[in-house]
Amino acid sequence: MSATDVTLLTAAAAVDAIERGELSAGELFEAYRAAAAGDELNAYLWVAQDAPAPVREGAPLAGVPLAVKDLFCTQGVPSQAGSRILEGYRPPYTASVVAELAAAGAPLLGKTNQDEFAMGSSNENSAFGPVLNPWDRTRVPGGSSGGSAAAVAAGSAPWALGTDTGGSIRQPAALCGIVGLKPTYGTVSRYGMIAFASSLDQAGPLTRDVTDAALLLRHMVARDERDSTSIGFPGEIALPASESLEGIRLGVPEELSDEGVGIERGILDAFNATLRLAEQLGATIETCHLPHAPHALSAYYVLAPAEASSNLARYDGVRYGARVEDGGLVGMYTRTRSEGFGREVKRRIMLGTYSLSSGYYDAYYGRAQRVRTKIADDFRAAFESFDFVVTPTSPSVAFELGAKTSDPLAMYLNDYCTVPMSLAGIPAISIPNGLSDGLPTGFQLCGPAFSENRVLEAAYALEQAIGFDELARRARA
Amino acid sequence: MIDREQVLHVARLARLELTDEEVGRISAELSDVLGHIEKIGELDLDDVPPTTHVVEVSNALRPDIVEPSLPREVALANAPAVAASGFLVPSPQADAEPS
Amino acid sequence: MTEFEPVIGLEIHVQLSTRTKMFCGCALSFGEPPNTLTCPVCLGLPGTLPRANAQAIHFGLMIGLALGSDLAPRSIFHRKNYFYPDLPKGYQISQYDEPLCRGGQLGEVRIHRVHLEEDAAKLVHAGSSGRIHGSDASVVDFNRGGTPLAEIVTEPDLRSAAQAREWLTLLRTTLRRLGVSDVNMEEGSLRCDANISIRPVGVTELGTKTELKNMNSFRFLERGINAEIARQEALLRCGGQVVQQTLHFDPQTERITSLRSKEEAHDYRYFPEPDLVPVATSEQMLEAARSAMPELPAAREERLQSLGVSAASARQLAWRTELGDYFEAALAADGAEPQPLANWICNELVARVGEDDPNASKVTPDALAKLVALVRQKAVTIGNAKLVLDRLVADGGDPAAIVEAEGLGVMAGGDDALDPIVEAALAANADAAEKIRGGNMKAIGAIIGHVMRETKGRADGAEVTRIVRQKLGL
Ligand SMILES: [Mg+2]
Ligand SMILES: [Zn+2]
Repeated sequence: MSATDVTLLTAAAAVDAIERGELSAGELFEAYRAAAAGDELNAYLWVAQDAPAPVREGAPLAGVPLAVKDLFCTQGVPSQAGSRILEGYRPPYTASVVAELAAAGAPLLGKTNQDEFAMGSSNENSAFGPVLNPWDRTRVPGGSSGGSAAAVAAGSAPWALGTDTGGSIRQPAALCGIVGLKPTYGTVSRYGMIAFASSLDQAGPLTRDVTDAALLLRHMVARDERDSTSIGFPGEIALPASESLEGIRLGVPEELSDEGVGIERGILDAFNATLRLAEQLGATIETCHLPHAPHALSAYYVLAPAEASSNLARYDGVRYGARVEDGGLVGMYTRTRSEGFGREVKRRIMLGTYSLSSGYYDAYYGRAQRVRTKIADDFRAAFESFDFVVTPTSPSVAFELGAKTSDPLAMYLNDYCTVPMSLAGIPAISIPNGLSDGLPTGFQLCGPAFSENRVLEAAYALEQAIGFDELARRARA
Repeated sequence: MIDREQVLHVARLARLELTDEEVGRISAELSDVLGHIEKIGELDLDDVPPTTHVVEVSNALRPDIVEPSLPREVALANAPAVAASGFLVPSPQADAEPS
Repeated sequence: MTEFEPVIGLEIHVQLSTRTKMFCGCALSFGEPPNTLTCPVCLGLPGTLPRANAQAIHFGLMIGLALGSDLAPRSIFHRKNYFYPDLPKGYQISQYDEPLCRGGQLGEVRIHRVHLEEDAAKLVHAGSSGRIHGSDASVVDFNRGGTPLAEIVTEPDLRSAAQAREWLTLLRTTLRRLGVSDVNMEEGSLRCDANISIRPVGVTELGTKTELKNMNSFRFLERGINAEIARQEALLRCGGQVVQQTLHFDPQTERITSLRSKEEAHDYRYFPEPDLVPVATSEQMLEAARSAMPELPAAREERLQSLGVSAASARQLAWRTELGDYFEAALAADGAEPQPLANWICNELVARVGEDDPNASKVTPDALAKLVALVRQKAVTIGNAKLVLDRLVADGGDPAAIVEAEGLGVMAGGDDALDPIVEAALAANADAAEKIRGGNMKAIGAIIGHVMRETKGRADGAEVTRIVRQKLGL
């Protein structure tokens, strides 16, 4: 196989090829290393120089390399969370999930660009410059896991790790035409993930197809002694096989699938076309209701910045990262933080500090937590009548670089369809759903907590019916 | 809705320094976002319990067993300023003195 | 002139004697070189997460049981947000509105709450020798950072500095007895802040309080509180007002200074710690705490009194655990009346060993019990028994053997040797003999003194008195 040929294989196919002896892990790593080093999308912030130590005999991922979002701590390797304040920071330890995957045979290929501290939906908030969308380099790849999404879509990584707080895996996956999955909160360890909003952050796979997502996730879910909120996964993640949706009931929430709430016409057309495909596969489709979903974004933009304002207090110039002297201590703190953080991060720290501050807690944080309860209740009620709830992933296709940077509210609306699942802590997947105006769109499917296997199975059936994989492959070529 | 004074107070709490231009811009932006957020004020949530954790686990306690600590040079490796085997900082006492 | 009454509440931070820190596996520090007991978690490195120490929760429950608190079936941790170089995450993980224990009482003081939290690191002022030219610098040592603390908050039930000091002694003994802390104020494992206000006697509402910090010994606690009471009283007497603030007591100068800095008032922005899950106190955890409970000083005091020990001795023995243990060991050895034994320990032995643990002295509880028995059997006089105790403290040994070797045994009644000595004493003190004959028994002191000198203290005073009365025909 030629170097380009091997990077055309899905990760699962590459594992098979290595196991059959048709491909060497070293050859595959080198092909991807070269592709990542030659990346023109600014998707990578660091690429491995040397071949990794050979993976152990029988390692299930066989040496297929992995691109990892910058915010995962990797021992001795820059881990900067896309921020100037952590420029050059090399942690003395490795994130649990990255270590697990390396042990399973997926060595580190590179660290991918992202919005600073995962705050953003376009990757324009990276201190190291924006990532370009491989489908159209004048457009954003989505965010905050934009580097991971672009690398997988462009074929410079077989698969990648991202994190999702309010849509940061699913939205860039949709905008780049790949698969992105946010698992049930607590199934994947957060230890070593540089925190944005602790009660929402969850690591997940960005892959070329649903099978790869299942394969990577299988080796990610685990209870981790170092993460008190980690619960692991009951059973094992299976590789999906069914091509039928016989007897499956899909609920389409009015609140998240209407042009009236700002979803582009082309996105809705592609979404509705896939609903018809689902019917052909045997599914029943009905409208469902998530009455509090329209308030999800408000609750999210209270809770996430509040937690972030506290999580980011540790960047004070004392133990690591950048420091700007200013004579006194308070001066050192304020100059370090003012020069180290980018505009969006400062905006959210301000928002979060304000909503937690004396006199405002009940009106903002307290209420937002109650809205969160109502949203989880809405989903619970929906899952009594439906197997899955489905929506478009992103209200729009990839937009032009700079189009929304001066309007935070417009930028925040990108998360409109993905935030409710994050607040409820339930698993949700975005799969490529054809094109609108020549740009990818995403179809989102979510189920109750721990229903990953059923979610993957249904997503796989839809993926086969949509047949987007060939299109994506052409885009990469 | 959020005025310059409040912005400056919050910035002090968050140890951020804002230029005059930033204060104006951020107070406008935050007012905008808060205006949107305040729609949750319309909901009747009186009897609704707050969600602090979406997963229902408790305890997750750690046994009291000593694990190895980092060698000091590793602990200090990323520090911007080091002295006397510790992390060097401007003295907080200097700030506390009346100016 | 208006009389003022002080109203005092205490906030006590107790370092728990776990093996490891509150939220990570680093060993607790006992003066190791700086920054040798740290890990990614207690340095607050990006991406790290806390995990609560089960033993700290266990100790917290024991403290709650000892103080008669309500143990919460569910408690949670909050983040207390503020910037300081000794606080690596920019927040302290502490319990806020759902603490582990609520309410309770110890002695005459009601307990408001007990909660768990992590200690800050140590900040050492380095003067202007730092790297930054011309400005003062400090150095942070994170060894102590993350040490588990129990914070005990009392209701404002104390009315004087002396009472505060005495009550804190009871609390310290109770905690030491529980084995949950070293409770050493000088070493910082017991730290006490006081909330102090004063009000005119008879008034029920509370005056404006101040918070006094940094009283790092029992002596300074009492002095600091008294100084602050005096300051408030002087202020009110000349028409001023007490301002709510945090104050610092300087033990060297006994001066009180305001800790208020030029920065804004604190706004800690508490919110539930999302990285930790709630602590659900299970029946199993409660049972483990209950079965680990030793007898506490208050209960011991009561039990000792019921054995017949006087109130004063019972308190002393119960509040100084090592004295109580010594007493119980001696009582077990001899089984005689408890009160004389208690007297010998609380007065004579304590006078000789001071603050030291008598169990570590050369006087075994068994030897002391034997000595007290010799006194009871009138085999040795009290005066000579004290000499024997001196010998025991110096060299140890068996009291009976010392009495024998030194010839300190009592000259008992019917001893032919005693009569002539009494006779001689009467002759030598004719004045005294005359007074006794006239009914003034106080004058017998001179006779007894004379006999004691002659017998080197071996004579029994009662026996001498009997012989004197006999000789004088009384
Ligand atoms: Mg405290
Ligand atoms: Zn540690």
